[in-house]
Amino acid sequence: MSPFTFFLEHRAEILEATATHLSLVLIAMAFAIAIGVPLGMLVVHRPALRNLALGLASIFQTIPSLALFGFLIPIPFIGGIGRRTAIVALVLYALLPILRNTYVGLTGIDPAVLEAAEAMGMTQSQILWRVRLPLARAVILAGIRTATIITIGVATIAAAIGAGGLGTFIFRGVAMVSDAVILAGAIPAALLAIAADLLLGWLERRLKIS
Amino acid sequence: MTYDVLPQRGVSIEMNAKTASEAAEPAIQFRNVTYSINGSAAQAIVSDIALTVSAGETLVLLGRSGSGKTTLLKLVNRLLLPASGQVLVQGRATSDWDPIRLRRGIGYVIQDAGLFPHFTVAQNVALVPSLEKWDRCRTAVRVGELMTLVGLDPGEYADRHPHELSGGQRQRVGVARALAADPPILLMDEPFGALDPVTRAELQREFSALARRLGKTIVFVTHDLREALLLASRIVLLEKGRIVAAAPPQEFLRIQHPEVQAFTSSLVPLPGASA
Repeated sequence: MSPFTFFLEHRAEILEATATHLSLVLIAMAFAIAIGVPLGMLVVHRPALRNLALGLASIFQTIPSLALFGFLIPIPFIGGIGRRTAIVALVLYALLPILRNTYVGLTGIDPAVLEAAEAMGMTQSQILWRVRLPLARAVILAGIRTATIITIGVATIAAAIGAGGLGTFIFRGVAMVSDAVILAGAIPAALLAIAADLLLGWLERRLKIS
Repeated sequence: MTYDVLPQRGVSIEMNAKTASEAAEPAIQFRNVTYSINGSAAQAIVSDIALTVSAGETLVLLGRSGSGKTTLLKLVNRLLLPASGQVLVQGRATSDWDPIRLRRGIGYVIQDAGLFPHFTVAQNVALVPSLEKWDRCRTAVRVGELMTLVGLDPGEYADRHPHELSGGQRQRVGVARALAADPPILLMDEPFGALDPVTRAELQREFSALARRLGKTIVFVTHDLREALLLASRIVLLEKGRIVAAAPPQEFLRIQHPEVQAFTSSLVPLPGASA
């Protein structure tokens, strides 16, 4: 069977898997941003916490994704088979680029600007919210963009622990030795990643301040 | 203490200038101030500084790079605290001041201007008024006044961003921002140092006239003797963190001290100029 006819015959199923995949990614990204950005803000003036947070996030990043899903299964509350475990793993994966870019963006500001802000009598929290954060937003968004693309890719592996999504076609296709079935998962996943990259890249350029 | 000096809406700058120079109390006083990064006397950046800045004077801190000029400036608005001794601002030690209150009453201009790139010119000038929660109308009037004062047409420049300005214009905005809430004290750290020579001379002349009109207490850091002679009512020369000479401009040139002479000999005549 050619990939094209397989696509046509299974379009409803592929569409549903794409929706599941997208929802995994969106939920994981929402959590990763909700944790990563505030954590990045928190560590600006706390070097010890910064090293700990960046260190932990880097460790998660180095664990192969399939192994990370496996590790999480036996853990109570967050583990088990299914979506919840998959989302936890995806959040851990997405955390590093978001956390690191938030920190780098907030601290990589022209020292003259920060000196002037302090000398004009701004409090540290005013400097954070009114100076650092607006000037860092393009860099933070670049981190979110990287994390989103990683998450779309890694989420295909979430199918291995029963979370559904486009990975189900890939794993099934590998088992069936069928290119058509593999491509039914791989092509929509690649398209999602490209679309996310373009959209977030456009947003990033709009936020950039010359 | 009188209360009729509080700035009111529409109060002219000249009026406030008078009250500043009439105050009897010295604006800034260094009492045997030493500052070092890790508290060790051997590595002091400035040592044993005793210096009084009277209200309304323009004091120029002159010295080579690393002589401690900028450190003295930062001790005034508590960006740094002395390791020993005291810095008094309006009679109160900086260590006793709430740093935020202290800084909002002291204008600060630095070499790279340090304008906020995401703010328009008007928003940059209105920074301290916005922190002090002035109402919109009063702020707008003040921003217009100040931009005109520093020679920028508000109609043309108010809505521009700093990257759309030349270096000289950015520095003008920096001065306007520092003056926004009408602080009695102005600290300036080589504000014209990064400008091309022609623009620098232009801003120096204008600022010298402005400073006389405003009557503020100004502490101005430079390594340029010409600039010091043009602007200062008194020049204080620093060498390796210590004061080695202090005098009004004309007397300063006659001081027999090797470091003073090192600076005066830097005033080389123009090549080709007739002797």
